[in-house]
Amino acid sequence: MTDLATTARQRGAIGESPVRPDGRAKVQGQFAFSSDINADGMRWGATLRSPHPYARIVRLDPSPAWRMPGVEAVITADDVPGQLTYGLISQDQPVFARDVVRYVGEPIAAVAADHPETCRRALAAIVVEYDVRPPLIDPEVAVAGTHEPIHPDGNVHRHQRIVRGDPEATGPVVVEGTYEIGMQDQAFLGLEAALAVPDPGGTGVELHIATQWLHEDRKQVAACLGLTPEKVRLVLGGVGGAFGAREDISLQVHCCLLALRTGRPVKMQYGREESFFGHVHRHPARIWMRHHATADGRIVRIDARFLLDGGAYASTSSAVLVNAITHTQGPYACENAVVEGWAVRTNNPPCGAMRGFGVVQACFAHEGQMDKLAVACGLEPVEIRLRNAMRTGDRLITGQVVESVAPVERCIRETAALPMPDEPVGGFDGDPMRLPGGAGRTADTGDVRRGVGFAVAIKNLMYSEGFDDYSTARCRLGDGVARLKFATAEVGQGFVTVAQQIARSVLGVDEVVLEAMDTEIGSAGSTSASRQTWMSGGAVDAACRAVRERMFEHVGRIHGVEPLRLVVDGTDVVDQLGSLRVSVAEATKGVAFDETVEYHHRPTEDLDADGQGNCHTAFAFVAHRAVVDVDPELGLVKVIQVATAQDVGRALNPLSVIGQIEGGIAQGLGLAVMEEIVIADGRIRNPSFTDYLLPTSLDAPEVVAALIEEPDPQAPLGAKGVGEPPCISVTPAIVAAIRAATGRDISRVPVRPQDICLH
Amino acid sequence: MSEHYTLLVNGAEHAVGDAWLGESLLYVLRERLGQFGAKGACEQGECGSCSVLVDGVLVCSCLVLAASAVGRAITTVEGLTPGGELSAVQQAFVDQGAVQCGFCTPGLVVTVHELLERRPRPSDLEVREALSGNLCRCTGYGRILAAVQAAAEARAADD
Repeated sequence: MTDLATTARQRGAIGESPVRPDGRAKVQGQFAFSSDINADGMRWGATLRSPHPYARIVRLDPSPAWRMPGVEAVITADDVPGQLTYGLISQDQPVFARDVVRYVGEPIAAVAADHPETCRRALAAIVVEYDVRPPLIDPEVAVAGTHEPIHPDGNVHRHQRIVRGDPEATGPVVVEGTYEIGMQDQAFLGLEAALAVPDPGGTGVELHIATQWLHEDRKQVAACLGLTPEKVRLVLGGVGGAFGAREDISLQVHCCLLALRTGRPVKMQYGREESFFGHVHRHPARIWMRHHATADGRIVRIDARFLLDGGAYASTSSAVLVNAITHTQGPYACENAVVEGWAVRTNNPPCGAMRGFGVVQACFAHEGQMDKLAVACGLEPVEIRLRNAMRTGDRLITGQVVESVAPVERCIRETAALPMPDEPVGGFDGDPMRLPGGAGRTADTGDVRRGVGFAVAIKNLMYSEGFDDYSTARCRLGDGVARLKFATAEVGQGFVTVAQQIARSVLGVDEVVLEAMDTEIGSAGSTSASRQTWMSGGAVDAACRAVRERMFEHVGRIHGVEPLRLVVDGTDVVDQLGSLRVSVAEATKGVAFDETVEYHHRPTEDLDADGQGNCHTAFAFVAHRAVVDVDPELGLVKVIQVATAQDVGRALNPLSVIGQIEGGIAQGLGLAVMEEIVIADGRIRNPSFTDYLLPTSLDAPEVVAALIEEPDPQAPLGAKGVGEPPCISVTPAIVAAIRAATGRDISRVPVRPQDICLH
Repeated sequence: MSEHYTLLVNGAEHAVGDAWLGESLLYVLRERLGQFGAKGACEQGECGSCSVLVDGVLVCSCLVLAASAVGRAITTVEGLTPGGELSAVQQAFVDQGAVQCGFCTPGLVVTVHELLERRPRPSDLEVREALSGNLCRCTGYGRILAAVQAAAEARAADD
């Protein structure tokens, strides 16, 4: 594990690693997650879901549920008072299916009752008759256009091309490959849960919810409820992880409808199986790439085709597609490209946001290609990447200039220089638990081969294509205490810690109180796209600076000093040109300065028909090296070590950065060797933690990490987002190591035992 | 179907009235006794978020019927440090960055307490094996493993 000094803890300012403000409550079991919030007179809600991937609803009779004792509400599409559909980008998903169901798990009705068991029985009593239709399962069929439209909006979520430079340019070396990425689940631990409390008379509702974006939820919920947004108040319930799965609406509208219908607080809580149906997943993808290069390995042109299965509803498929195809080249210079991108509608489960957002898929393909190019050119994997490494000022295949600090070469060199594991196969003491297969004790040391793989990634930060995902923060300062208010969803990433650090550094206070995260202040945008430290951090920083100006004016007035001469030094206000030094606590005694600020990133543009345009805001970079032990005969794998150097701009809280790196690596490891939602005929075959395998403490590799700190001038605090990069290039690095250990041409993740031993 | 029984939770007797016998210990702790420290995340004994001690034995409370725990001493995360102070394990989790979203944390804290009572100075492999029934999706386990070793050292120093 990473060696990390955590001793230099002074006052919890920027650059230190103070402990989380919610840490104490969390270790004591006192922190209220959204599933832990109850109310007097509360009723339970539950959802009836489609058992078919594609069917017409011939008859829907909820009346048997009504007749059961304890049941207080049964609602269907007929009971939705406002907009009948919702969605993040296009509103194509019904609150409840009325005539047609388009995926297994689509909501049809909901009930409220006195006990979860009553709910279960009530759902079972609802009569639904279906006319089952042949489902559209194969995304290629959706592209071909040979299946009837399964939705009025058609079977293509988005088609986008990128054409840049000379489409005929070529070189003496040509490599191509087709890569497949399975459907990954975010698998947050804290299941979907909410408590909706109706206002007296049903004129409005308060929703306590675990989400990534309170204001977007409110907008969608209010529209479906037929209420103005002011009548719908959202309060962030404790969030047990998110990873993209809480960007879309799940139970929000249902829970509010039941509360308004019963006039009572209603709690909804998914079980694990229902959670697999209740949120979107990472897009499964099939990606073909052909790289043309010079004899010495420099990329001349890339041709590519992306096919993403978006499933039954749009969610964020169109944005995921653009992210995927605009990252085709990876962190490498490339002048010429022809890329064809499709995100299509099928009767498979809807897919949308997950950590990495399209770039995970692109990276697996472009890094497989770089290894093929290395072989074709007779170069080492590190060398081929160094030769092509992108630099600040290079143009992407969208024509956009990379203005972000781009230390790609440093990421590669520093990763390669990190120490290799000194542990031999099977560990120093030859414990079979250290072998592939672990507790199964099936592999023999003599059969195990070790491989090393390398991969590099570029990841965009913030939202793209013209979207103004601003963030709002308020700072109040008085009596030496700062109070911060923002609607930023804390999902575990530690924004609450960083916000306090910013306020301490800017204002020179020790005590920073965080007010409730809710919709009583303007939007903070989503906790996604690695954006909150940059965006909400920027907003908190700006609000604190605005308050600091007020404090300087106040101190200047009292002491007869020009405010421009004043600075904060530690916990004092100091006159740079004189002798005045007064503590912030003293300077703010009896006053209350209050400022609210919106932070906006620079504007971006839509892509044109040829995929050209400045569509992204900023970029971060990362490299990974994986050391993997493989038993080729049994197809068993153990990831021994992952080394990484990550471009973080500036580590505001090094301990939190390491937490993101180690956590992201575990998720990327999961995608590489074990995690996949298995779909057959539109049905999820493994909707449980028994059958959907997640990395455990025994699967976690040693992580050695180097933080590359080159503060980005565009970033308000010099800090880049660090959440997504760790999970991106680790997956291809692990697969490259498996290829190196076995000599097998593996082009699909997760790598299953049969992909290794039955090849 | 409704039953009345008494559970001994963290040293105190709690009357459970009008309960369905099919309810798990996890459900009764949370929804009837208002003790939300144990979390439900898989309902299959795979994730360990609901870990509690029953007569000192580490169990997944989602797999135990509440009625079967009558007459046994149940310890939840809330009962590890009755005074509200943090135990060495809890303090180490906070200090070492082992907590992110925190949903797995109470179950892990209970598991680590049980481990360190049994094995005061466990090896890295012993820790990994003992924690392998507690899933964490945020941390990748690195800081958790660091916290367990820090807690073991702190406990040894206190002895």
